[in-house]
Amino acid sequence: MKASFWDRNQLKLAPVFFLTPALLLFAVYVLRPIFSSLWISFYEWDGVGQMIWIGFANYEEMWHDDRVHTAVWNNLLWLIFFLLTPPLSLGLGLYLNQNLPDLRIVKSFFFFPFVVSAVVVGLIFSWFYNPRYGLLDLFLEQVGLQPLALLSDEKLVNYGIIIAAMWPQIAYCLILYLTGLAGLNKEMIEAGRIDGAKGWAMFWNIILPQLRPATFIAVVVSVLGALRSYDLIAIMTQGGPWGSSTVLAYEMVEQAIFNYRMGYGAALATILFFILDIYIAWFLIRVWRNEKGRL
Amino acid sequence: MFPQPIDKSSAAVKGTYRFVLYAFLLIWLLPLGGILITSMRSLADINSGNYWGWPTEFHLLENYTQVFKATPMLLYFYNSIFITLPTVLATLALSSLAGYSLAKHRFRGNFLIFAMFIAGNFVPAQILMIPVRDLTLKLGVYDTKLGLILFHTAFQTGFCTFFLRGFIKELPHELVESARIDGASEFRVYWSVILPLIQPALAALAVLEFTFIWNDYFWALVLVQGDEARPITLGIQALRGRWTASWQLISAGSIIAALPPVVMFFLLQKHFIAGLTLGAVKE
Repeated sequence: MKASFWDRNQLKLAPVFFLTPALLLFAVYVLRPIFSSLWISFYEWDGVGQMIWIGFANYEEMWHDDRVHTAVWNNLLWLIFFLLTPPLSLGLGLYLNQNLPDLRIVKSFFFFPFVVSAVVVGLIFSWFYNPRYGLLDLFLEQVGLQPLALLSDEKLVNYGIIIAAMWPQIAYCLILYLTGLAGLNKEMIEAGRIDGAKGWAMFWNIILPQLRPATFIAVVVSVLGALRSYDLIAIMTQGGPWGSSTVLAYEMVEQAIFNYRMGYGAALATILFFILDIYIAWFLIRVWRNEKGRL
Repeated sequence: MFPQPIDKSSAAVKGTYRFVLYAFLLIWLLPLGGILITSMRSLADINSGNYWGWPTEFHLLENYTQVFKATPMLLYFYNSIFITLPTVLATLALSSLAGYSLAKHRFRGNFLIFAMFIAGNFVPAQILMIPVRDLTLKLGVYDTKLGLILFHTAFQTGFCTFFLRGFIKELPHELVESARIDGASEFRVYWSVILPLIQPALAALAVLEFTFIWNDYFWALVLVQGDEARPITLGIQALRGRWTASWQLISAGSIIAALPPVVMFFLLQKHFIAGLTLGAVKE
């Protein structure tokens, strides 16, 4: 009996059937929109009317736009603070990596901010910072200091939002590190102890290298989190006071949705996209090396 | 274990350790405490400025039933559920199919497709915003749950495919081979060999995806306008606009919005952590 066409070619044809649904949806909702946005960034467009080709004018305008300068600086500030989260989480993780019976539940309490939605995190911290009823200013007044009114102070507002954002971010990195710490190679630690390695030397030479995968993911998610920050700003300050807490992602939405400047918004998104591409490339190169190592 | 375990240390060491631990835990949960207490306060307390002191009366039940009665919270909650669950199911279906193929089929462009799924996962939402909004309008699903489901499914499929491909690649190839030799079709292999084996991975992804989609704020803002399709995250923000003075209601609403992922996290912590730490433990 001759095998049918399908039987003979099944392995070659199967990928088409298995991948088409996912690829199709992905192409329509992710790939094509990226190129459309790049395209739109060369136009002046209010979203409904005529699109007018203006070349690089949007990018030129960005170069001189004070709000965009503020946004870039603020993104940088986010990035600096977010890069502190992996070491902070590692420190906390080392403290929590003990085998007392009550630690299981304590760890869960340190982890769970990660699953709390940004809207709720924003609300929690807005309430905490509130100059009239917030615990922070209440405390400052008790000890005889000036209340801060964090979110309405141009100089302090960014720190207020970033600290709120770090709450779930530290929880995230902590999960990564505690899992890493639980998976440490016991023989290597014992061997180190026999060789007299202690404290810092042990940590630096034996523990930290084993935590590299956790560190890698922690750094990746922290950089992404800092550059993609949007939700908390929208919820806590809407970029204010006077645009002082805006970031690129927020500025983009502000221009596109509230000022009906799709072209300008798309240009801002494009810049953000290219900045993030550096990290995407870095990540992909690592995945690629890993693959080759395994084959 | 590192650092040196202290369970066999003196009571003094353990005592000091616990003191620092719980002091820090208190600070860690302090901002949350405000919302939690406020959600149980009476309006009288709020009006008289008792925000952080002990509540004069506990209005736990009153406040939480009031949220459901006086606001469209129930509708928002329902919307969130009917956006999140179908998305999780659709995403797992599509990405397990794609993940199987990328892991176990050899063909040209395999790594390229895989790389594309990974890259798509990292792009900023803003680069997709304008075209996705236009597309959603054109498809006639703007301001509907379906509009959000379609987009979330497409976007999350990237992450899930990345995750599942890695997991399936680790499965012994002989399993697939022997099923093929027994004459099983590719779909049969996927259905009867692969799916049962990747159940832990699917569980991990399901809880993770549930949380991501439940907590989404940005896309709801971009693709939804009215109460009919508004998920709970957006609903809370709307309540804030309408009920500015009733902080006890807004707090209760926030707690309700946060609850499903938090409860799931405490119940299914193992799955969560498995999902989050893929690739982080071993390289």
